[in-house]
Amino acid sequence: MADLQHLEDLVIQVRRDILRQVHAVNSGHPGGSLGCTEFFVALYQEILERKEDFDMDGIGEDLFFLSNGHISPVFYSVLARSGYFPVEELKTFRHIDSRLQGHPTTHEGLPGIRIASGSLGQGISASIGAAETKKLNKDNHLIYTLCGDGELQEGQNWEAIMYAAGNKVDNLIVTIDLNGQQIDGATQNVLPLGNVKEKFEAFGWDVLEIKEGNNLSSVLEGMKKAKEKTGNGKPVCVLLHTVMGNGVDFMMHTHAWHGKAPNDEQLEKALSQNPETLKDY
Amino acid sequence: MKKYTDSGKKDTRSGFGAGLTELGKTNENVVALCADLTGSLKMDAFKENHPERFFQVGIAEANMMGMAAGMTIGGKIPFTGTFANFSTGRVYDQIRQSIAYSGKNVKICASHAGVTLGEDGATHQILEDLGLMKMLPGMTVINTCDYNQTKAATLAVAEHQGPVYLRFGRPKVANFTSEDQKFEIGKAVHLQEGTDVTLVATGHLVWEALQAAEKLNEEGISAEVINIHTIKPLDNKAILDSVTKTGCIVTAEEHNYLGGLGESVSRVLAKNAPTPQEFVATQDTFGESGTPEQLMEKYGLNADAIIKAAKKVISRK
Repeated sequence: MADLQHLEDLVIQVRRDILRQVHAVNSGHPGGSLGCTEFFVALYQEILERKEDFDMDGIGEDLFFLSNGHISPVFYSVLARSGYFPVEELKTFRHIDSRLQGHPTTHEGLPGIRIASGSLGQGISASIGAAETKKLNKDNHLIYTLCGDGELQEGQNWEAIMYAAGNKVDNLIVTIDLNGQQIDGATQNVLPLGNVKEKFEAFGWDVLEIKEGNNLSSVLEGMKKAKEKTGNGKPVCVLLHTVMGNGVDFMMHTHAWHGKAPNDEQLEKALSQNPETLKDY
Repeated sequence: MKKYTDSGKKDTRSGFGAGLTELGKTNENVVALCADLTGSLKMDAFKENHPERFFQVGIAEANMMGMAAGMTIGGKIPFTGTFANFSTGRVYDQIRQSIAYSGKNVKICASHAGVTLGEDGATHQILEDLGLMKMLPGMTVINTCDYNQTKAATLAVAEHQGPVYLRFGRPKVANFTSEDQKFEIGKAVHLQEGTDVTLVATGHLVWEALQAAEKLNEEGISAEVINIHTIKPLDNKAILDSVTKTGCIVTAEEHNYLGGLGESVSRVLAKNAPTPQEFVATQDTFGESGTPEQLMEKYGLNADAIIKAAKKVISRK
């Protein structure tokens, strides 16, 4: 395993990348991105068994699908800092003629992206398909998926959740980012999700929780446990408890920064709480 | 005139089933997904021969489209099967984002299209699907006319890289194209040579167009009949070459006149050679219950309607 301090440094640098990307174009989604920074760093640096070069078919490696595509800033930063494309390219986020579209897409050929996402609720289905193909190809690698919690309001998820359990898709680990927030407010006020753990269990999934989803060691430990649960006839669900806007004090515990970029002053304040560790792009 | 003979009425969906069965044997990357309509889509043989490559998804079309998109990652060629209504309108955003925009090699196979679905009525009789699907960038759109052509098209789309919408139907109709035909995506098929009017037809209306041409011929009107099985990409040259000769055109399809083959043809003509055109299609309406024949008659989708339109368009030259 990589040195934990290096990973912690990377987390801080990714936060800076997120903030600088959305600030530069005065748009994008910093809140959920910041909340999932530790998850992405853990996933790409330690959890995924992945090949160095990207190819769409991804045979012989683990695959990751992002269902809540709006948290593209964290995805792009971690992909770039994991070697998929030059870190400099983060400058082009949401600009004209960029491979870094507002929401991730295969359309512009950005390495690391295997399906477009943004219109919510579609990632688990695509992941199940990829998982079934892994089985047909006798490829023992795993499929990882990240979904937002508000996203579970989309009905397609429950079709997919029912399918995966009913068909023993046990090479699949779906992580739900439980931050309790969505654009219009707390999920509890917009449309209560009820007990997500009991719901997944009732559908026949193996569920485990990572209570401290913004603690890198907890995420690493939890995801390793999730991996151990695969191959036992059940799909695996990880409930990742995070704080939207984590790492920037004035962005935390509110939905206000779901889809809003900081201004110059706010950026400066946010960056000062996350001093440069690796190197800004 | 060339003579076309019905070798015995067969449903186009059975042509799909036969094509899929053959693909199962010849192409190990072909996988099939079905949303609880295996019998209706004639997918039973594939399911029986290759249970490991058949995915019953239940009544969950959105998940089926997403799964199909994901299955392409790793080299599979997924064929989804359900009714045309549930293959398009119900899952448009899933197709748009996960398949079309993502450029996935999925074959969306849609049966029971149009009013000839019959007694089930308008809830199931989609007349808007060609429009929906042709508007998606990168989507190939095919509507076959008989059993043999549907089988040939099924084999051909497996060889084509990219998303395809393959539309066929429920009723038993004349089977008149050749059994060993080679299906070329995007290439129109000339069925009759003529000089007075061009009849361009797709799907179940092709046989009707041939019947219309025969009757017109008896009245001294020489009709050229072109089968457009691929609505997108459209064979512009075949259409333009024909109207250069005939000077007028009738389009015929089992679809709303808004968004269908007729409008695609209009666009080509308006840009290159403005030509009088009549549309045999449904007139911005839903369907209803009835037998396929009754519905084709009531909604003006048969040989008689094509004859009327041909005479009208000739008078407009």
